[in-house]
Amino acid sequence: MNDDSTFIDLTRQHQIFVTRVIIACIVAIAMGIVIVARYFDLQITRHQDFVTQADNNRVHMRPASPSRGLIYDRNGNLLADNRPTYNLTIVRERSQDMDQLLVDLDHLIDISDNDITQFKKRLKRRKPYENTALKYNLSERERSILAVNSFRLAGAEVSARLTRHYPNGELFAHVIGYVGRINEEESQAIDTVRYSGTDSIGKIGIEKYYEDSLLGQVGNEHVETNARGRVMRVLSKVDPLAGDSLTLHLDRRLQAAAHAALKDHRAALVAIEVKSGGILAMVSTPSYDPNLFVSGISQVNYSALVQSRDRPLFNRAIRGQYPPGSTIKPIFGLIGLQNEDISAEHTIDDPGYFYLDGVERPWRDHNSKRGGHGKGVDLAEAIIESCDVYFYTMSVDTGIDVLADYSKQFGLGRITGLDFPGEQSGIMPSKEWKRQARGEPWFNGDTINASIGQGFMLATPLQLAVMSARLASRGKVLEPRLVKARNGVEKPAAEQSAVIDIDSEHWDYMHRAMRDVVHSPRGTANRIRKDIGYNMAGKTGTAQVISISADDEYDRDKINQRQWDHALFIAFAPVEDPQIAIGLIVENGEHGSSTAAPVARLVIDEYMKNQPDQQLGQR
Amino acid sequence: MHKNDFVRQLQTPGGSMRIRQALNLDYMLTGILMTLCAISLLVIYSAGGQSTLYVKRQLVFIVAGFVVMGLVAQFPPRVWERWAFLLYIAGIASLTAVLFVGVEINGAQRWLNLGFTRLQPSEFMKICVPLMIASYIAKNAIPPTFRHVVLAVLLIFLPVFLVIQQPDLGTAILISASGFFVLFLAGLKRSYLISAFVLALAALPSLWFFVMRDYQKQRVLTLLNPQQDKLGAGWNIIQSTTAIGSGGWSGKGWTKGTQSQLNFLPESHTDFIIAVLAEEFGLIGVLALCGLYLLLIGRCLFIGLNATSMFGRLIAGSIAFTLFIFIFVNLSMVSGILPVVGAPLPLISYGGTALMTLFVGFGILMSVAGDSKTR
Repeated sequence: MNDDSTFIDLTRQHQIFVTRVIIACIVAIAMGIVIVARYFDLQITRHQDFVTQADNNRVHMRPASPSRGLIYDRNGNLLADNRPTYNLTIVRERSQDMDQLLVDLDHLIDISDNDITQFKKRLKRRKPYENTALKYNLSERERSILAVNSFRLAGAEVSARLTRHYPNGELFAHVIGYVGRINEEESQAIDTVRYSGTDSIGKIGIEKYYEDSLLGQVGNEHVETNARGRVMRVLSKVDPLAGDSLTLHLDRRLQAAAHAALKDHRAALVAIEVKSGGILAMVSTPSYDPNLFVSGISQVNYSALVQSRDRPLFNRAIRGQYPPGSTIKPIFGLIGLQNEDISAEHTIDDPGYFYLDGVERPWRDHNSKRGGHGKGVDLAEAIIESCDVYFYTMSVDTGIDVLADYSKQFGLGRITGLDFPGEQSGIMPSKEWKRQARGEPWFNGDTINASIGQGFMLATPLQLAVMSARLASRGKVLEPRLVKARNGVEKPAAEQSAVIDIDSEHWDYMHRAMRDVVHSPRGTANRIRKDIGYNMAGKTGTAQVISISADDEYDRDKINQRQWDHALFIAFAPVEDPQIAIGLIVENGEHGSSTAAPVARLVIDEYMKNQPDQQLGQR
Repeated sequence: MHKNDFVRQLQTPGGSMRIRQALNLDYMLTGILMTLCAISLLVIYSAGGQSTLYVKRQLVFIVAGFVVMGLVAQFPPRVWERWAFLLYIAGIASLTAVLFVGVEINGAQRWLNLGFTRLQPSEFMKICVPLMIASYIAKNAIPPTFRHVVLAVLLIFLPVFLVIQQPDLGTAILISASGFFVLFLAGLKRSYLISAFVLALAALPSLWFFVMRDYQKQRVLTLLNPQQDKLGAGWNIIQSTTAIGSGGWSGKGWTKGTQSQLNFLPESHTDFIIAVLAEEFGLIGVLALCGLYLLLIGRCLFIGLNATSMFGRLIAGSIAFTLFIFIFVNLSMVSGILPVVGAPLPLISYGGTALMTLFVGFGILMSVAGDSKTR
């Protein structure tokens, strides 16, 4: 090979290389243009779309929970407050593998099968990117374990939340009620936006009735989160508005006194402030701890409550319906006087039984040994000694429809209108009622049964208290009320209340008679008059649980304790200027005089103790 | 001997120009590389959650890279031409070793554990293969004859086959591309080119059915419809396009990119680093980077065009276009034009092995450049 050919060859090689470089460059430039076009398309043409997408990635709106309104008694004692608790929550979208996450969490802290079942249920109802609670009330130890391991628990988060707490436990359970987790049915009914900051709702009691006011207004905050869902900073927020705080008419001292006296019985007591209709105490025993329900009650605890024979969850004060027994006599007496079927001077002879024309079977007088109350029994005596035959006789003349008509004005036979859910109406029978409810005509015998508060008649302890309050106020028809003020602002009282049409002298007469029930040595409740520093009016009552044939004596030894008679008592004080009225029942307490009346005395004593002296002395 | 020239030049008094020449460094290339490395450190700092951990490590890699580049540049191209075969054999040996004693990370066995650091031999093949092919072709006829082409193709496919076994389809494709460029620049006949193209098209279905693993197929499908599995396979590509697109003209500012700072962007300091740059510096930043790359590739081609030996030309030209392909694949993959393959962005992504390979390549380029200057 000579130099020339080598040179030519080399030149040709170089030319080939140059040509190839040029070709490759052209292809490369074309490819480069594709790239630049792509980045231009993404960054300029579709810029806004991606800005939105990037913001959607990082910015999330979180509801800010309002704190639930607090509940106080009339003296400012806290009955329901909110306490911070720490819950373990999961955002499913942010966990890579949820089942694995649950396993990992279970290794760190104890998570029960029940937690997981509940969690999976909640998971079905939640919205995308919503926190779903897995475990409530984390202990400090659990919180620190989770904090240390948070980097490998993507999607899991410990969130602080205010949780309802009832500092008085079972004392107010039946009045205040409780909040609980929103269940499936409720979640259908509620406004999901309003409830986006909370997973609790008032289930029963004041918490339920005033749910709307207590809930408050949800706020929100826009937060920036990273890819693991951890909040990096708050971009903007609208503060939530706390719910209204409620002040109740209740007085914790009276509530406590009544609860303490009744807690070993199945019983209920309602005390009303006569002037306002405010409920001073509302007790139903046995009770339960409402705090158990707040974070979801365990199956064991729930079964225990539900299966107890004493039915602690049953609110006897408003849902328990009992024959009012002889406590009905004062208002029937008043009706008889007003209707002029009897007069103050009218007397009867009581042989201990009563025969109705054409009826073979006699009606016994339950409140006397054989022989009856004797001759010349007037209305006062019939009240003081609780003579049945007097009312048997009178009622046939008055007739059931007149009795029913007036009784309703005293609050019987229909719901009282208390600001409280679940109230029962009781029964005040009438001819019309019997035709509709039983499809049978009314007999005079039915009237006689009703005349001593038996037969078809049923009343709740609340109704007894309302009746007592209306007796005390001389017929002022005030609806009972639990809530006294919202956010410290008292609701104005109704300007004009209806007044039951009964003459003043009849009221005087009946107040005297009822005073003597307590203060006269012959009074059925005379055993509570010892050392009493004020004038108290009352009326005892006994309600049969099983019917005893007219010929048999009631013999407590022969029957089961749960079939013993119920003991009832209504009372108000002071007689000259009534402030407090009470209705109460002790199930299977046998006699109003022995079991029920002393409790009323206790509660009224407690009330009177706290009244300024001058107010007592006035009028 | 070149080595004697080197020693003589060092010993001859004659100022800094002489020493610069003696060090055999191409200053334009060095300048561009330093600029790119500086940008890399800036972006890695931001991508790594503003921690200096990765920055420090990358700085060590960069310094080591420049040292390696300087050392490589001291040897004339002839040395590399001669050593190419040995390097190639060593590369094949280490690739084989990876298959048996390699470290498995994320389901792929790509690394050799050397005790103090992990090595990814497939990365080194990106320089070993073009070296091997260039030296083989330059030794023989230009343009290559059929026999040489066949042998060259076999030489390319042996390491490619081994890399596919790891499995690492992305690197395999890049390795074959780097080898193919040598053949192309050497003047591979048009008929061969066309038949190779047809063959490649015909091989695509069998590639799909026999070579590609499920996850690789998934990546291709994801490219076609990323919304199908937003939180799974589609996540990477959705987040990276979102990051790029939300950058706009001028970006959100350094360390202010929400996608990268809040960890929505996966692999933000390695393969997906361009998304961080695009989000924080916008299209202007991307174009500036592309401009630097253009300068870099242009300089490489310039060196190739001025090379005195065929080997020098081929290796310089193939390094230039391989570099382009690396950049192209990475930019398209992150922006959703190509399926996601494991391909870092040259000189910008965090990672030692890839950087070292590149610097070895630039060292050889400088060696070629120095050779042509001293002639």
